[in-house]
Amino acid sequence: MVKENSPAADHPATLRLRLRVWRQRPGQPGAFEEHELPAVPTSASFLEMMDLLNERLIREGKEPVAFDHDCREGICGMCSMTINGMPHGPLPGVTTCQLHMRNFRDGETITVEPWRARAFPVLRDLMVDRSGFDKVVQAGGFISVRTGSAPEANSIPVPKPVADEAMDAAECIGCGACVASCKNGSAMLFVGAKVTHLNLLPQGKPEAGRRAVAMVRAMDEAGFGNCTNYGECQAHCPKGITLDVIARLNRDYLAERVRAFFASTGKPRRGGD
Amino acid sequence: MIPDAKIPAGPLAQKWQSHKARLRLVNPANRRKYHVIVVGSGLAGSAAAASLGELGYEVSCFCYQDSPRRAHSIAAQGGINAAKNYPNDGDSVRRLFLDTIKGGDYRAREANVHRLAELSVSIIDQCVAQGVPFAREYGGQLANRSFGGAQVSRTFYARGQTGQQLLLGAYSALSRQVGAGSVRMYPRHEMLDLVLVGGHAKGIVTRNLVTGEVRSWAADCVVLCTGGYGNVFYLSTNAQGCNVTATHRAHRRGALFANPCYTQIHPTCIPAHGDDQSKLTLMSESLRNDGRVWVPKDAADCGKDPASLPESARDYFLERKYPSYGNLAPRDIASRAAKEACDDGRGVGPSVDGRRLGVYLDFSASIARLGEPVIRERYGNLFDMYENITGENAYRRPMRIYPAVHYTMGGLWVDYNLQSNIPGLFVGGEANFSDHGANRLGASALMQGLADGYFVLPATVADYLAGVGLSGRPSGEGPEFRQALAETNDRVARLLAVGGKETPRSYHKRLGKIVWEQCGMARSKEGLTKAIADIRALREDFWRNVSVPGTGAGVTPALEHAGRVADFLEFGELMCRDALVREESCGGHFRVEHQDAGEARRDDAAFAHVAAWEWKGEGAEPVRHAEPLAYEEVQFSTRSYK
Amino acid sequence: MGKPTLLGFLVSFPMSCSSCQCRGLSSLAKKAIMAVTGLVLVGFVAGHMSGNLLYFKGPEALDAYAKWLHGLGPALWIARAVLLVSVVAHVWTGIALAAENRAARAGGPAVEATRRASVASRTMPYTGIVLLGFLVFHLLHYTFRTVGADVAAAGDAGRVHEMIRLGFASPGVSVFYIVSMALLCLHLSHGVSSMFQTLGLRNERWRGRLDLAAAAYGWLIFLGFAAIPVHVLATK
Repeated sequence: MVKENSPAADHPATLRLRLRVWRQRPGQPGAFEEHELPAVPTSASFLEMMDLLNERLIREGKEPVAFDHDCREGICGMCSMTINGMPHGPLPGVTTCQLHMRNFRDGETITVEPWRARAFPVLRDLMVDRSGFDKVVQAGGFISVRTGSAPEANSIPVPKPVADEAMDAAECIGCGACVASCKNGSAMLFVGAKVTHLNLLPQGKPEAGRRAVAMVRAMDEAGFGNCTNYGECQAHCPKGITLDVIARLNRDYLAERVRAFFASTGKPRRGGD
Repeated sequence: MIPDAKIPAGPLAQKWQSHKARLRLVNPANRRKYHVIVVGSGLAGSAAAASLGELGYEVSCFCYQDSPRRAHSIAAQGGINAAKNYPNDGDSVRRLFLDTIKGGDYRAREANVHRLAELSVSIIDQCVAQGVPFAREYGGQLANRSFGGAQVSRTFYARGQTGQQLLLGAYSALSRQVGAGSVRMYPRHEMLDLVLVGGHAKGIVTRNLVTGEVRSWAADCVVLCTGGYGNVFYLSTNAQGCNVTATHRAHRRGALFANPCYTQIHPTCIPAHGDDQSKLTLMSESLRNDGRVWVPKDAADCGKDPASLPESARDYFLERKYPSYGNLAPRDIASRAAKEACDDGRGVGPSVDGRRLGVYLDFSASIARLGEPVIRERYGNLFDMYENITGENAYRRPMRIYPAVHYTMGGLWVDYNLQSNIPGLFVGGEANFSDHGANRLGASALMQGLADGYFVLPATVADYLAGVGLSGRPSGEGPEFRQALAETNDRVARLLAVGGKETPRSYHKRLGKIVWEQCGMARSKEGLTKAIADIRALREDFWRNVSVPGTGAGVTPALEHAGRVADFLEFGELMCRDALVREESCGGHFRVEHQDAGEARRDDAAFAHVAAWEWKGEGAEPVRHAEPLAYEEVQFSTRSYK
Repeated sequence: MGKPTLLGFLVSFPMSCSSCQCRGLSSLAKKAIMAVTGLVLVGFVAGHMSGNLLYFKGPEALDAYAKWLHGLGPALWIARAVLLVSVVAHVWTGIALAAENRAARAGGPAVEATRRASVASRTMPYTGIVLLGFLVFHLLHYTFRTVGADVAAAGDAGRVHEMIRLGFASPGVSVFYIVSMALLCLHLSHGVSSMFQTLGLRNERWRGRLDLAAAAYGWLIFLGFAAIPVHVLATK
């Protein structure tokens, strides 16, 4: 690691870097493109380094590298680069936008790729389509409550440890690093986080089983792989979501399937009401 | 002429309820025959789209991000206000209303603000029911904390990620409707124009950011929840994609733009590190609950290790100047005090262009009193974020903070129904101007976005639709649509055809520098006049020298940025013009000519009104309309946080 | 992506059956089948190993145990049926999951980095295939006794101890058994802990302990099984 300048230093330290960046157009095979960046400030973020590259490309009349990014403060989950094989790069617990160049060495070659998974097809260069996540949430990642019909907030007490655990799971930013890091392209950490957040809370209990089953079905349909308990997702999650959420998803899913299998079908209904 | 604000008659506290009871309704069986376009999927947009979809309307929701969940509401950290009075510390709807009016420096509408305070209570109920994991007490009840500008604890929070959790709540409600088929979601679509038919807003033009396809969409009405224009400053706490295009394009089609000069500077951001900086990162204002702001008394001490400076050498300037609010003084006051300290040569941190732009936010007293684990529990993620960006450990060394543009109170003019002067064009959230006056209190943006989205828009949009009836929707093939489409295509082609050498970002940077210097924390007649000339020159230069590589087909990031910068270059001038005409200091708008020894001096006789600007064409002077602010219940008083 | 491999062929072969129901089961259901059948097999290897260890008590003890087992009649056939179903289901879901996962990964990044996944977890399909091969050989060797006339003769006469000694007299066979048991150890060290995770019975607090227990179990099975061929070779 390069030592950061003291805050009072007048000249920022810089790095000379060689970038291997994935370029791809829709419907065509992609390839790496190499670029030299002679002076990248160590205080810059990884995306600011990409900005430097793109500024140069635009000035040369070439198309800049397309990549997803938005808030640049680690919360929107839009940035998504596999850096030297690691989603969000070498520093655990941060998103690409929060990765700073002080974490790289002078003279280093950095390989930048998009998220790689069947469920995340490449749209352009480093941009991928993560709409599979939205589809999973649309299938059951909600609590069905009508606007304006909610009871007084404090009428549903939630024990602090439960609220804290739900919040741990709810911190998921939906970036997809779990899928990109998983050697099976599995979205179980994402789905587990959603299910854990909602199923833990008393508000989410009435739909807990249905939610788990519906979201797993949508997950399978979106083309994600299965969990084989590698743990890579947890190790690459910028928000520190743990495998516990996958265990809970497994538990809630199986419990619901067993419950549904033995459940009474009830009185046969006559049409109309 | 400025249209009627349609403030309902009757006592302030009953206005909303009685108004709501009089709003027209749409028969449930007819709702699906109405098509509503919602642009933007932040708190206001997601909440509105979800609620309208749930009611049975056919809703299409557009956002430029790859998923509605990524809208920049997600970055709000600190919390959301509500007059629940759970801590029993004397809060009430009326007190929240008064605090918001006072915080807005008497430049907001009484009736709107009172409605906001009333609805705050229902918002918390709604969010809790959706599963937003707010912080809890051990007894299972909701926890509260205090926030800048308030003397009661009324802020609900979810760690330092309240905006994220509220947005995920709204997104889950929206997703439920998408799954149910009542809302169609169009992510990666950017709105580039508004279509008017017979003077009513009846559609939009979008560009698909993946395919590059430009097309129009017809609807019965259009709801814009497209956020603020803070990125006109280039460096701000906004997301990279935040832009003024949707509201500015609506403005060009005739919507009045209100109070564009009201911009909020947030006092607790991480100072810039250098020239390649692309954004500034906010540290939640909640940090000021436990941090003390100071600079060295002597400019000669500024380069020294802060730990080496004894208490006697430190100037805790907020505590000194504002003893009753201290470090919790409102944002504009705290920001300006920091700027004054730095202008005085007593700033700290690295020097950028020969100036040290930063003040300390010191937690050592709180750590000594409460212990590091308590501070870590409260702000751990913020301290981590700070260390990640600066490489400094704030548990050991005071944070450095400096103000940055954070929120824009101005926006499209709307009446009490959140309808602009264009019938059928509704505007919610930060995109409208309505509730925060000249300055927004902390933890109020989330409140406003959700109040607009969940509770106001569903009621008022229905009233409009019931009024226009079922024959209101145009086919989408008419001349208005063809013309709007042709104009948008033409503009895209013009941007691609300039063929210059300069990047869109370089223009954005230069524009940002102009407005930050002249229309930032302190504004003057001279500076604003110069800024207007500079922006015009920059705009001309842009259209001669900008480089936008690509054909416009498919993903073209330079084109997206160039289009947004082009609109900022027009809008920035309007902002400076508004600041120039407003010859007073109020809230986030500080004119150096109008002050009493550093304290803002309002001019209620001349400026207690909303300034609403009318577009008159490219190169033509816009026309300023004034909507007087009539206060029935509130007395003007000078804001004092001493 | 790309290169044909042995694994690729083996996993794609059963998937090429268009009428098979594996796509009808959810990924989690398949995982659960994997875990439950795995649990059955984990129990079986423990029982099998304990029985085998009677080898060290002498021919009488082992032969008597074998005789008792064969005397169980229908119970033995039920146990065999359960084992057979478990093996088939375990292998089938394993292959189906591996194939799906391979497709879902879409080749992965050009630069591959691993932060945490263990060697055992990454080689599960491979160790599984070798173990399947071992199982077939083992059944032919000692159950159907089609490998070697002397082994078959001893087995048919109920002289199990002698059968084992004859079977392991060949160093090649013994080494194959020992290597297979080492792979079983690896397979179990991930599988046993993973089983708890799949059934939702694991959390961060227990994960370390379960991983340790799984590794210990794997080693125990390895040592217990490997001891016999080693002993045979050493005392030949």
